[in-house]
Amino acid sequence: MIYLDNAATTLHKPKEVIEAVTKALNTMGNAGRGQGDASLVSARTIYDTRELLANFFGGKDAREIVFTSNSTESLNIAIKGLLVPGDHVITTVLEHNSVLRPLYEMREKGIELSFIGADEKGNIQIEDIENSIKENTKLIVTTHASNLTGNVVDVKKIGDLAKSQGILYLVDASQTAGVYPIDVSEMNIDLLAFTGHKGLLGPQGTGGLLVREGVEVLPLLSGGTGVQTFLKTQPLEMPTRLEAGTLNGHGIAGLHAGVEYINRLGMDKIREKELALMWQFYHGIEAIEGIKIYGDFDTDCRTAVVSLNFKDYGSGEFSEELLEEYQITTRAGGHCAPLYHEHFKTKEQGMVRFSFSHFNTKEEVEMAIKAIKEMTN
Amino acid sequence: MRKKELKLIVTFHTTADAMALEKAAKQEKLKGRLIPVPRELSSGCGMSWKSEIEDKEKLLAVMKETGIELEELHECMV
Repeated sequence: MIYLDNAATTLHKPKEVIEAVTKALNTMGNAGRGQGDASLVSARTIYDTRELLANFFGGKDAREIVFTSNSTESLNIAIKGLLVPGDHVITTVLEHNSVLRPLYEMREKGIELSFIGADEKGNIQIEDIENSIKENTKLIVTTHASNLTGNVVDVKKIGDLAKSQGILYLVDASQTAGVYPIDVSEMNIDLLAFTGHKGLLGPQGTGGLLVREGVEVLPLLSGGTGVQTFLKTQPLEMPTRLEAGTLNGHGIAGLHAGVEYINRLGMDKIREKELALMWQFYHGIEAIEGIKIYGDFDTDCRTAVVSLNFKDYGSGEFSEELLEEYQITTRAGGHCAPLYHEHFKTKEQGMVRFSFSHFNTKEEVEMAIKAIKEMTN
Repeated sequence: MRKKELKLIVTFHTTADAMALEKAAKQEKLKGRLIPVPRELSSGCGMSWKSEIEDKEKLLAVMKETGIELEELHECMV
């Protein structure tokens, strides 16, 4: 099987990640729920991972990292914990449902929403954001890169704009964490949502929200924290304020190993390898008659994703034939990005997405190109 | 692209429904597999179940057992 669905989950994990989870399952108690060795092993591992991630994302303190089970949870915490009726939010048509659905839910409760449209290549213009700012604009939410086209958004420019206007900036880094350098201080990002199971090479069920010091987010959940037991409300201190219930210590141990692996190998090296595979694939198929590729390929600053359609064939049909006849795994359909599909007029057809990992090989890409050439002949 | 053939397609509202039907179908030794939803059909879930036309009776029994409504069954060229 050739796995080209890495934008959904990276299938191939470093062996260090698997070993770390196994070790954690053998040794970890409940962090913060006791002073025994097992509990402390867990508490220390989780704290070390906070520190590692804070450094990784340019945060100032380990306590800025809140652990969640995925980007969706992080985005829900941020969006629902920041906004009150009357607030105005600016977002884009590139967004995933993990951003859109919480925002729609908040719109029902009285927030105002503005959507920034995209051009032919699927890019947004910063000026459009600037022109949408109103007196009550509280928050800008954008993805760092589209899960559908791989287009990268200039988060530094948006962060600078947000800062200059006193607006909070929330970035969905689901597609870029572990692949593109992110520095929340330098990029003026106030909240960063990330997931563990994609570019960070960790287990599913891990993820987090970086909340910069001074940003007030109301808790989505309340409950046990292991501290301040007799307080009737969720403690005020971060990160405990946003972390009710037992954390996924076993998974976080794996996430720690994933981030260490990236630091050791070098994020630039990982990205260069992924992008080289992506370009090999792109150049191998771009000239095929009837193939339409979506997104901006005039820049090197993109993620290792190529989404396409062949004539008017359904994306599901194309993807299924690739799987059945060539054992190549891709993703078809809507990719949870409804507004972007409407933009590209692919609501019915969907798109076939090929997404690459640095664990893929040139030979695998060559086989995928050959398969598509045969299928479209 | 391959030549299309007439097949039975079951669509679903959720991935959990799809898993329930697949599991029940396997227990009944019904031939078929999960495929992306053909574009002619619209569905809430990206997955659909494909079976051979001649297995309609068996498939209907499995659908009934798993609580999948009759209108989710389609005959479709895929």
